[in-house]
Amino acid sequence: MKTSDSSAGTVADGPSMSGLGAAAGRPPRPARTRFGDRLFILLSRGSASLVVAVLGGVLVALALGALPALREFGPEFVWSDRWSPAKDLFGAAAPIYGTLVTSAIAMVIAVPLSFGIAIFLTELCPPPLRRPIGIAIELLAGIPSIIYGLWGFFVLAPIMQSTIQPALIATLGNLPGIGVLFKGAPYGVGMLTAGVVLAIMALPFITAVTRDVFATVPAMLREAAYGVGMTTWEVIRHIVIPYCRTGLVGGIMLGLGRALGETMAVTFVIGNSHRIAASLMAPATTISASIANEFTEATSPLYTASLIALGLILSVITFFVLGLAKWMIQRSTFH
Amino acid sequence: MSRLSRRRWTSRIAMLLSMVATAFGLVILAAILWTLLSRGVAAISPELFYLDTPPPGVAGGLANALYGSAVMTLVALAIAAPLGVMAGTALAEFSGRSRVAAAAGFLNDVLLSAPSIVIGLFVYTAMVVPMGHFSAWAGAVSLVIIALPVIVRTTQDMLQLVPGSLREAAVALGTPRWRVVVSVVWRAASNGLLTGILLAYARVAGETAPLLFTALSNQYWNSDMNAPMASLPVVIFQFAMSPYDDWQRLAWAGAFIITLTILVINIGARALGTSKHS
Repeated sequence: MKTSDSSAGTVADGPSMSGLGAAAGRPPRPARTRFGDRLFILLSRGSASLVVAVLGGVLVALALGALPALREFGPEFVWSDRWSPAKDLFGAAAPIYGTLVTSAIAMVIAVPLSFGIAIFLTELCPPPLRRPIGIAIELLAGIPSIIYGLWGFFVLAPIMQSTIQPALIATLGNLPGIGVLFKGAPYGVGMLTAGVVLAIMALPFITAVTRDVFATVPAMLREAAYGVGMTTWEVIRHIVIPYCRTGLVGGIMLGLGRALGETMAVTFVIGNSHRIAASLMAPATTISASIANEFTEATSPLYTASLIALGLILSVITFFVLGLAKWMIQRSTFH
Repeated sequence: MSRLSRRRWTSRIAMLLSMVATAFGLVILAAILWTLLSRGVAAISPELFYLDTPPPGVAGGLANALYGSAVMTLVALAIAAPLGVMAGTALAEFSGRSRVAAAAGFLNDVLLSAPSIVIGLFVYTAMVVPMGHFSAWAGAVSLVIIALPVIVRTTQDMLQLVPGSLREAAVALGTPRWRVVVSVVWRAASNGLLTGILLAYARVAGETAPLLFTALSNQYWNSDMNAPMASLPVVIFQFAMSPYDDWQRLAWAGAFIITLTILVINIGARALGTSKHS
């Protein structure tokens, strides 16, 4: 960040102070004042640069740590599915597959639920209840991920195993085509359960963004739509949703970014198996769960480097998704 | 059925489904809290607070983990709070429409949602490997990285709520810029700044993944920041996944304590953040 002498005076413009600092011919300020200002601005800008440096540092440090594995396996690392610590052979395909599938399941469940909650809160909810219900949904975001893991493992997984999964196997499992996804034994833990837990965790984030972008729709548009005789659903479907399409996609991407990188909750319920199975109910692993489970047990340097390489892949994917999300939300809320 | 009544019914069904979605969200929250309450309260006892984590089959508590969590989160906040408030101030007060600042704010928001396990890996490669051992310092640093973007974002948002006329009045009196920020802007936004710090605490208090291979854990009481230190979330993780009944009970007790703390702080921070506007 540049803090040259010439900029120290003119850059000091707060959001509402443009013009003040740039005023020509103002009396010179005492040296002590100038020194204090410069030091303060330098300190605060230094802190801000630190944030940027950390993000860059994460990528650089992970890339350096992953180097031995990437050198050994080359680009094949990304699509090879062997994972054999005994033979020192590693490939990322199984964790990448698990990460993508669990996040996809989470989005399929969380997106309609979040939209439903946002619609309820903006259109239907009696005003006195709006705040308490909104806060309750937001509290879901405050619960730490390890608690979701505990709950998923001890409460949700048994329910999945005893009722939900057998029901899915008996119905959807017999369909041609997609039946493959619902075959096999009900283990309780596995990609489906992990997806459900991730859906619950992503829900408050998607709901919050959806509510915010719904609020940007001008009241006049809504009223005009009601005025020509549209029903509430038609107003949402044909006016509100098209108006905030970018923001809604941004909200979904934000939830996706969260789901992709979520660690502890998934580690409890994924089943930890480096195998790519067709069934959604099979135990699997994700990038973050592999790292959490195996990192302290990684005995060979190549093992450690391979896990760091997994971390690098994860951060590149999530940083990209989150960046895109942020950009879309920003574009949508500053009309 | 006439076209109009079909449209009305579609709308009614859609609205009903949105109510069902909301009910589902509330039921899940209630179910999680109920599980914690029913299993956690039963496991709470005075020993929790003065005995260390036991080997399986022996009476024990969570004292070392509670202490470790408290020390690491407080050290992390002591570092992250000043840095975060200063950085948020730079973005809100000293940037105007600068592109660099916009980029920094953007990257801060990416870091805000970055996977915490990746932060743990980063601190492992950047700090644990060079130091040659796991340590509470490394754990605290990874928590700093998680708390920092929360504080930066809240600070920036809260400072932008302070009316410009306050700043202009102060500058017109000949006050140096740093004095304007410290004595006028920060003071006006003090509740908001505190909210940010509390939210950061709530976020950091339950973090497990970044501590797994930075602070590691420790079965015994340890107050040396240069050695591995137990923390509540990591102990919950270890004990919950174990086959021992008494370990699982301790895990539920810890889970109850952690969630209660975080929810109370979350609600408190919200009350603080909104009390000024009403």
